[in-house]
Amino acid sequence: MVPVTHFLALAAFLFAIGFAGVLVKKNAIIVFMCIELMLNAANLTFLAFARQQGSMSGHAIAFFVIAVAAAEAAVGLAIVIAVYRSRGTVAVDEVETLRDR
Amino acid sequence: MGITAEMVLFWIFAVPLIASAAGVVAARNPVYAAMSLVSAFFWLAGIYVLLTAHLLAFIQIIVYAGAIMVLFLFVVMLLSLTDAELGLEKVTALKWVGITGTAGLLALVVSAITQSGPRAMKAVGEDFGTVKAVGRILFTQYLLPFEATSVLLLVAIVGAVVVAKEKI
Repeated sequence: MVPVTHFLALAAFLFAIGFAGVLVKKNAIIVFMCIELMLNAANLTFLAFARQQGSMSGHAIAFFVIAVAAAEAAVGLAIVIAVYRSRGTVAVDEVETLRDR
Repeated sequence: MGITAEMVLFWIFAVPLIASAAGVVAARNPVYAAMSLVSAFFWLAGIYVLLTAHLLAFIQIIVYAGAIMVLFLFVVMLLSLTDAELGLEKVTALKWVGITGTAGLLALVVSAITQSGPRAMKAVGEDFGTVKAVGRILFTQYLLPFEATSVLLLVAIVGAVVVAKEKI
């Protein structure tokens, strides 16, 4: 039997990789992919605790997380397309109209 | 604890999972990043099966690797970014701060997890994580959030169409 700590540590690694990607990457589409990675890490944590507690509520929550991720991806990518239309770029550090200088 | 078959399976799924997740961050071309992400989703589905979450493993492959990644690839192809538009990743001091902060966060969380000590998994019944059992809990205890999800998806569809329209 694999102890629950292994799954939690794996989820922590997955989350850290996604978080680093969100901070470092310039392409908005890849930033979205990294957000998906972080959501998956959260899902893995839910499922690990669900298995440890022997309760299936975590499965229901993970199901909702996947639904929210689908909605987030649809709206986010639509925003990326709109930004590309108006700016001709998807680089997150070049979209800076609201930036305080 | 001796090396059990499950432990071996865990590492077989975990190592490629981390590798393909790192591939998403390392890739410069969004298509390669998307492909790495698809492979990461498949390895993660294997981990879900190890956690006896069979329904979620299949939803992971069908919804994530199937639907959401197709959406990503559609957008990548629609924008068809050239190498000039992709630009070079500038490694600024701020990014190093971000990476260091992430490493610190990871170290903190992992040390907290290891200090919590080994906790035994509870024994679960035959129907744990099956379609029937998860479906029952979704349509009884979680009926209201389930219905709210349908409204959320509808709003997301309308929102995506309105935002991506030619003239806003």
